[in-house]
Amino acid sequence: MTLDSIDEQVILPDPMALKRLAVSESGFVFDPVSGHSFTVNETGLVILHALQRDSRLNDIRELLSSDYDVDSQNLDRDLLEFLGSLSNQLEHP
Amino acid sequence: MSAIMVAPNRIAVTGMNARPDNPGPGLAVARCLREAKNYSGKIIGLGYESLDPGLHLPAYCDAGYLLPYPSSGDDAFLERIELIREREQIDSMIPCLDAELPIMTRLAAELEKMGVATFMPTSAQLELRSKDRLDELAGHAGTDAPKTKSVTEAGFFFNCGQQGWHYPFVVKGIFYDAEVVKSAEQGAAAFRRISAQWGLPVLVQEFLEGEEINLTAVGDGKGKMLGAVMMKKLAVTDKGKAWAGISIADERLFDASAALVAATQWKGPLEVEVMRTADGTYQLIEINPRFPAWIYLSAGAGRNLLEVLLQLMRNETPPEMEPAPAGVIYLRYAEDNIVPLADYESVIMHGWRVPVPEPENHKQ
Repeated sequence: MTLDSIDEQVILPDPMALKRLAVSESGFVFDPVSGHSFTVNETGLVILHALQRDSRLNDIRELLSSDYDVDSQNLDRDLLEFLGSLSNQLEHP
Repeated sequence: MSAIMVAPNRIAVTGMNARPDNPGPGLAVARCLREAKNYSGKIIGLGYESLDPGLHLPAYCDAGYLLPYPSSGDDAFLERIELIREREQIDSMIPCLDAELPIMTRLAAELEKMGVATFMPTSAQLELRSKDRLDELAGHAGTDAPKTKSVTEAGFFFNCGQQGWHYPFVVKGIFYDAEVVKSAEQGAAAFRRISAQWGLPVLVQEFLEGEEINLTAVGDGKGKMLGAVMMKKLAVTDKGKAWAGISIADERLFDASAALVAATQWKGPLEVEVMRTADGTYQLIEINPRFPAWIYLSAGAGRNLLEVLLQLMRNETPPEMEPAPAGVIYLRYAEDNIVPLADYESVIMHGWRVPVPEPENHKQ
């Protein structure tokens, strides 16, 4: 499965849920509605900030490929995995 | 509406039991009072056992008194309150235990005549939040409620399947206590244990998967909810009581609770317990007609609800308040308190601990 073949609205977490997150520069993330917290690494932080700015999936891919030395196949796979984990944290913490 | 308006200056607070695995709310209420910006009066702790920790903690209670159990009857209760009023000049009381509310509301007029003010739900409101009327309450709140049934005999647990009750489910006391049971034997044992302690009926309730979230606030008696603080448990004791929690900002919980307060014209403190299930539904579990044991979080989050209660008791209008901010954590811990033998002796022999007067030569 590639990111190009996936509907953005399906893969991206709920924008309202993303906006409410309190994200610390340390990578600590707190959801004020559910009361749950989780951590993300440096790359996750970049993605999360981009999502909170309403960035599109392609913008995030470009951002990551310019910052990290990674081929597009691995980047898409890791991004997909991260978005899945993030949605899971927000919906079923 | 109370005929007397008081400026509380000597407040009695009940519920001074504070065992680490299952503390009563009284000590936390006293701590909030100590820190309230609008209160500098005395705090008199009231408990039922000589080793109730709050009776022996001068940092929070200037004096401590034993009460007769509510089952001792109205006369014994009133007689004791009269004695405490004479000795300590108490002018108001904050009940903190579910089992006290029926007797307190029943005797509210007598207490008032005695000069002891309260700000608590009416008997009708208390009846409405009865655990066997959850459906009706949930209707007011716009939430669902777990299926609940009153049970008066242990035989139910052996043929409950015929009535549509399948294990596991929860067995609850009418005032307090709850246990998840997975078989007829466990159910019958829980029934006997809970009914022996809290009386009949015992309730059975559908078991829900999800996470519990709670709200505490004060109803002004005219339909308005004041100073809401919402909390999710982060850690629980063996008895399922919160050991650590974090303030949250859940709009659906807030709206449901505000609707409940408006519909019932709730007067006084309350705690609303809701189960947020995995499929996103909100199930009303219970309403407690008092502050919860985690009430100190309200002070920690900048919404000391005792300040609000005091304003209402003084017939002042509390200012509009946003719900408490999310992300404030409380974490309980147990601490050893050293109790002078004379204090313990006094509680055993007289039923009170009062401050020891300073020696004459120490006075200015």
